[in-house]
Amino acid sequence: MNWVALKMLTGNKGKYIGIILGVAFAALLISQQASIFCGMMLLTTSQIKDIDGADIWVMDPNVRFVDDVKPISENELYRVRGVEGVGWAVRLYKGLTRARMRTGKFQQVILIGLDDATLVGAPQPDKIVMGKIADLRRPDAIFIDEDGYELLWPGQPFELGRTFEMNDHLATVVGIFRARRTFQTMPVICARYSQSTLFVPRQRKVLTFILAQPSPGFDSADVCKQIKAQTGLEAQTRAQFCWTTMRYYLRETGIPANFGITVALGFIIGMAIAGQTFYLFTVENLKQFGTLKAMGASNATLISMIVLQAVVVASIGYCLGVGAAVGTGHLIDTQSKLAFYMPWQVMAVTGIAVMTIAMLSSVVSARRVLVLEPAIVFQGS
Amino acid sequence: MTSGPSKTPAVSCRGVTKNYGTGNSEVMALRGVDLDVYPGELTLLVGPSGCGKTTLLSVLAGILNPTAGEMIVLGSRPAEMPDHRKVKFRRQNIGFVFQQFNLLPSLSAAENVSVPLLLAGWSHRKAMRVAVPLLERMEMGGRLLKALPATMSGGQQQRVAIARALCNHPRLLVCDEPTSALDGQTGRAIMELLRGEALEGDRAVIIVTHDNRTFGFADRIAQMEDGRVVEVHRQQVTAAAATGFHDTFQFTAAQSAAVSPNISV
Repeated sequence: MNWVALKMLTGNKGKYIGIILGVAFAALLISQQASIFCGMMLLTTSQIKDIDGADIWVMDPNVRFVDDVKPISENELYRVRGVEGVGWAVRLYKGLTRARMRTGKFQQVILIGLDDATLVGAPQPDKIVMGKIADLRRPDAIFIDEDGYELLWPGQPFELGRTFEMNDHLATVVGIFRARRTFQTMPVICARYSQSTLFVPRQRKVLTFILAQPSPGFDSADVCKQIKAQTGLEAQTRAQFCWTTMRYYLRETGIPANFGITVALGFIIGMAIAGQTFYLFTVENLKQFGTLKAMGASNATLISMIVLQAVVVASIGYCLGVGAAVGTGHLIDTQSKLAFYMPWQVMAVTGIAVMTIAMLSSVVSARRVLVLEPAIVFQGS
Repeated sequence: MTSGPSKTPAVSCRGVTKNYGTGNSEVMALRGVDLDVYPGELTLLVGPSGCGKTTLLSVLAGILNPTAGEMIVLGSRPAEMPDHRKVKFRRQNIGFVFQQFNLLPSLSAAENVSVPLLLAGWSHRKAMRVAVPLLERMEMGGRLLKALPATMSGGQQQRVAIARALCNHPRLLVCDEPTSALDGQTGRAIMELLRGEALEGDRAVIIVTHDNRTFGFADRIAQMEDGRVVEVHRQQVTAAAATGFHDTFQFTAAQSAAVSPNISV
């Protein structure tokens, strides 16, 4: 009877398309909002991912996320280097400072200070748009990310040698690199560590993070535990630090609640549209189901027909909705600065939500069919 | 009193009652029906609106359970069967023809006919191999095989409905007002079809009707009043009677023999 169920479903093209569009809209809303949420969460970890080259981040134990800067003593670097299993460890400055343009305009920027000797954490060659990393060793040299460049010199072509001031010190652009978009959407500037300390007002302690790499044969997580035990500092692998940062935003900001509400609304609206349309579809077909019931269709047969119809509608609606979300997401990602990231988990959750909508609708519809008196077929028109 | 045929009735009711609702709102639709329906015969259930014809048809077809009384259908007691067995019993033994045809609007004529076979677990292809020749025999071949119900006339739809009812060779065919939605000529053609095709193979046919134009086609006419069968007329069907399908047709005492409703005829 599956074939009959599908013919019944597709017989009225208008209603069939209406139900599918209802489900597709729900799938679009749920997957798109969830993907934008995931994209925003990813933005919070952009700088951890962009500062490449070391597996372990060491920091003050009170640091809650990557932008929560709590300077530590320079001596801590040597203590970390002394921990068994640490192959090497270098300093990293990360903070905010203010850039003063020649026009007199000011702009808050994210400043990254890289170890003078090794430049660990510098942009990788494939991310460099213009310039050479080695030029960072020149006096006053900085690299700036391309979005930041456009913010500081809007509408102007990329050009090395441009200058501005930070903390009354001259900064010269010697390179432009491609950085992941950050949560704060500020320009990201890389300089040598010694140089970066000049770009910020004098402070007693400047060192914000220590980047470390385990010795060959040592596990990063184990080395983190060793560092914590021996220095009292917090040490996390890159992945752990990404999750620490995301958890902070999830826990301490209203972002998840806001997006959660939108996703829930998507589910409810989808439920209302698809559920009601599907329910009405079944109700309008009650006489047909009654006829089948009179002719000897069991309740199990009728329910399997309804469930099949629901699964088909849900599957097609899901594909259309998620496809549309991916399409709009691609546009968003390439044409605007809005974050969009659709991991497989979003697709799975959307699939579960859409199937839930379809199943709930079919359960409600099936109830009508189960209690349907087949004698309805003898009630004339 | 006329004695009945020696063969066993396909349907036998004794004291069948059916109540709807409870308490003050209780309605007695059937008040003790006694009726026998024989294989190879076409039996009409006639009577005024609200007299219980359709309720009796539903009870006989195993769609409704009687409130009390004894009912044997094709040697079984469907009222005593659990639901799943009753559904199977209906599927295997009973064909249905409805006043409004009740064809599935998204299926073609041939596909509609194949539905009972699909319900019985046949494959689509195998079911179509039975449905197509059956429709062709009912002058519904050619392009009509693929026609959707919405594009067919009332008579064509009823032919499809009859083919659907007969395709799995049921031993009992129940028809609810099969001609009332049709004009005189089409109604006669449908009755001829029912008489010709439906009675094949010793099948019992029960038709509920208001339409006195159909009386000439019946072997037996059960007159219902107020929830009871008050009179059963047995008659010899002749070509003249059958062709008397027109608005002024009345069956008369001369054409029929009245028998007690409680006794087989």
